[in-house]
Formats: sequence, structure tokens, C-alpha cells
Amino acid sequence: MISFWRKIYAKNDNVKAYTLLSPALILIILAMVVPMVLMLSFSMFTQVNMMEIDYTFTFQRYIDFFQKKLLVTLLIKSIKISFLVTLITLITAYPVCYYIAFYVKKNKMLWLVLLTLPFWTSYLLRVFSWKIILGTKGVINSSLINAGILNEPLTFLMYSETAVVITLTHAWAAFALLPLYVSLEKIDFSFIEAGRDLGLSRFEVFWKITFPLSLPGVIGAILIIFIPTVGDYVTPALLGGTDGRMLSNMIQAYFGKINNIPLGAASATIMLTTVVIITIIVSNVTKKLTQRLT
Amino acid sequence: MNEKNNTLLIYTLLYFGFLYVPVLFLPIFSFNDANYMSFPLAGFTTEHYEEMWSKRNLHKALWASIKVGVVASVISTTIALFAAKAFARYKFRGEKISYGGIMMPFLIPEIILAVAILIIWINLGFKLGLVPVTIGHTLFCTPFAMLILIARIEGFDFSLEEASRDLGENAWGTFFRVSFPLYLPGIVAALLLSFIISFDEFILAFFLTGSDATLPMYMWGQMRFVQKLPHVLALGAVIIVFTTFIVLLAFWLRNVGQGKGKKDIAVKL
Repeated sequence: MISFWRKIYAKNDNVKAYTLLSPALILIILAMVVPMVLMLSFSMFTQVNMMEIDYTFTFQRYIDFFQKKLLVTLLIKSIKISFLVTLITLITAYPVCYYIAFYVKKNKMLWLVLLTLPFWTSYLLRVFSWKIILGTKGVINSSLINAGILNEPLTFLMYSETAVVITLTHAWAAFALLPLYVSLEKIDFSFIEAGRDLGLSRFEVFWKITFPLSLPGVIGAILIIFIPTVGDYVTPALLGGTDGRMLSNMIQAYFGKINNIPLGAASATIMLTTVVIITIIVSNVTKKLTQRLT
Repeated sequence: MNEKNNTLLIYTLLYFGFLYVPVLFLPIFSFNDANYMSFPLAGFTTEHYEEMWSKRNLHKALWASIKVGVVASVISTTIALFAAKAFARYKFRGEKISYGGIMMPFLIPEIILAVAILIIWINLGFKLGLVPVTIGHTLFCTPFAMLILIARIEGFDFSLEEASRDLGENAWGTFFRVSFPLYLPGIVAALLLSFIISFDEFILAFFLTGSDATLPMYMWGQMRFVQKLPHVLALGAVIIVFTTFIVLLAFWLRNVGQGKGKKDIAVKL
């Protein structure tokens, strides 16, 4: 009997692979899938008072969400901020990766390690260091006042959407740098040379050859920056003030001092759904665009 | 391309500045003899570092973070090792979906993972504390560890394992005597990086710790009070130096014993 199973095991790669995968899959199911399904069901309950929850199914929390102007505004604002962060991060990181992929000859790995190193230092501390820089008594303001350029500190730097966007752009840089570099590095340089030999201008070579070929990296970067930043909590909480607040700060409040777990769960579900839909649209549009360009 | 491009070089260097300068302000101000973080610097002091020794809660939080980090990194690296092996070695049905599923915690906003675990944990009637944080961190570290390990195992010559089997070693023997030593640098790198991720993680801890603060939670609590900021800066500076050291060690280990061509695979993470 045992030898029978052994034979199946030895012959079948599917069985072998899933045996190896089972701990990871069990972890994912127990610690992520089941909790998220439960979160989904809680979004259909009702918070009666501080302690009690009414477990009859209702879609009222979703209606509540869209009737609360604040929540809808915060959702839109979160998406807008993440969109800006993704775009700025991509545009600013692209030339750096381009340089390393095509112009750096020696020690490429070292350049990359140096680029991603700051990312490994505590996220909380990186956000905090922007507070030191942008604060009313921070580095920028105190320097400008000391230099006699300003009399009053610039207040728009701190507790604003701008502060949140700058900080997130810094915090998520590594997630654009790595996929962009990997896709640029893969490009066969003879394509670019062929383009040049055929008389295309540098600009045309970039738009018609290099950029389309690097699109997998661009899409990868969009995915891993846009989705998580929509749900960012630390940056808006430390630097956002009222102007730069995002949906996550409200979600936290529903699980904390407001104590409306169903509405919090509904907000989280709506956030995730919206992000997933937008990401699917964006990556499809980008793919279509590639087909047109090439 | 043999030509040089100085515009791009200057831009790249400026970008490096953008990445590094903000982080360097923490250590700079941690030696500054003032409560406010502004220029000009007031004078040199190590007082903020001395202050750290006297903080009981800080020591407690540090210990909590170490415990969570060690447990989470060991469990997630073990789980990730098996999974990485499956992806690197076999072609199987549902490969893409399984891969996507295991990578999910890396992609989903952390706050959603935190909230979901919070709901289930409370409803199971358990108390918040370091246990749910460890579970969350294990979930969050597994995809990272797996990426590092896949990069390591992909460049691995599986005929070595087959040879060991043919020579009569059983599966465990082959694993411990052949595969494990070869994977070891990757495994240590995955352990170190998972530990750092867990050590610095804030959101999951914020929702799930209850009253047992981890180190990032402790710092978060202190950040609101201006007079307590300097010792947070000192602590932050220590953490940055410590993290950088561990990460460089992990990066170095990751490339040990891999041929030059393989380094490009390692770049994936």
C-alpha cells in the first residue's frame, strides 16, 4: 500500500509540488483568506452599540459608506494620492534605472544594492525623517529662515497632501527601481542599435523600442506601488494633517475609538475592490498601448 | 553602449541624494544638543543615547520585537523554503495561481491584512498581543523569503540531488547533506531579511499588539511628545545602523557561491 503511494508520488510532479507548497498554502488560507472572508461577512452586519453586533445580513453598510460624504471624499483622495505617487515614482525612477542598465559597466549589483538599501530601514523612521525635514521648525524652514530668505515658516510643507505625496514617493522608490531595472536590463541592445541604424532619432528609439520593451517593469511597478499606497496609514497620520488624510485613517478609527467594526470592514472591502478594479484597468490599458506602440 | 551620458549620471546622483539625505537627518540630529530638530545645530551630545539605557518600556519593546522577529522569520523562511523549492523545481498545474496567492500578502494593503486578522482573532475570543502580531508577520514575510529563496534555488544544479538519490541516499539525507548546505547562504539571507521586515513592521503591530508594544509601536507612542523626540532619534539612528548592517550581510550572503550570471536572477529581489 505504502509502495503504491510512493510510486504515485515519485511519478507525479503535481503531487510533489503541492506537498512542498502545502505549508505555505495553509498559512495563506488560515491567516489571509479565512480572515478576509470573515471581514467580508462582518461588513454585512450591524453595530448596535459599543459591545453588541447584530448578525443579520444587510448591505446597509455599503449604502452608509456611499452616503457619507467624508468617506467617499477620502476614498477618492486616497486614490488620487496613490495615483500621483505611482506616477511621480515611475517618472523619477525610470532615468536612474535606464542609466544603470545601459551606461553603468562595472559593479551594477553594487549600484542596485545602494539604491534599495534605504528601503530596508524602518518605514516608520523614513516617514518620521520627512517630518524632521518638512516640519514648521524643520530642516527646510529653519534653514530658510536662518538664511534670511523667509520670515515666517512655510506652512504648506507640513500636514498637507504635498507632504504625503513627497514622503510616499521616497518611501516606495525601491518598488519602482527594481522592476524597472530588471525589465530594462533584459532588453537586447541590438534592437536599439538596429533602430539607430535605420535612422530613427534618439527620441523615436526610446518611444518605439526601449519604452515598449520595458513595459512589463512599468506594469509591475504600478501594481506594487499603487495597491499598497492606497491603504497607507502611517504617512497620512504623521504628515497629512486634515488635508492629507486618507481612507485608512478612517478605517483605523472605525476599529478604534468610533468602534463601528462593520462599517470599518465595509470601508476596507470597498477600498480593496476599487484598487483591484483600477489596477486591472490600468494594466490592460498599458498592455493595449504597448501593442499599439510596437 | 560605449558613450557616456553625464546628464543622466548627474540626475542619478541627485536621486541617490533624495534617497539617502532624509534618512541621514536622524543620526545627525540624534547628536544635537536640543529638543528641536532645526538648523543651526546646537552642539554635540551623547546624552540622548545615554537616555535610552534608562527607559524600561524601551527595553521591554525591544525584547518583544526580537521575540516576534525571530519566531516569524524562522517560521516564514521554513515555509518559504518548501514553497520556493516547489516553484523552482517542478512544473505543475495551478502554478501561477499558487504563486499569486502566496505573493498576495506582499501586494494587499497591510491595513487590510491587519483588520482581517484583528476581526478573526477577537471573534475567536483570543486576547490581542504578540501572538497575532507574529502570525501577521509570518504571513507578511513569507513572500519576501520565498522570492529570495527562489532566486537561490533557480540557479541550482538539480543533477546533484539526483546523483545523491542514485547513490542510495534517501530524501531527508539528500536534503540535509546536499541541498541544504547549498541553499544555506540563501536561507540565512532570507532569515535575516525576514527578521528585519518583522522588526520594522508597524501596521500589523499597531492593530494587533494590544498593550504589548513592539519597538516601532514604542517609537510611535513617543513621537507625539516633543521632549521625548531626541531619544527616539537616537533609537532610530541605532536601528538604522543595525538594519543596514544586517541587510548588507544578507545581500552579501545571497550572492555567495553563485556564479556571475546568476547574480542577475538575484536582482529580482
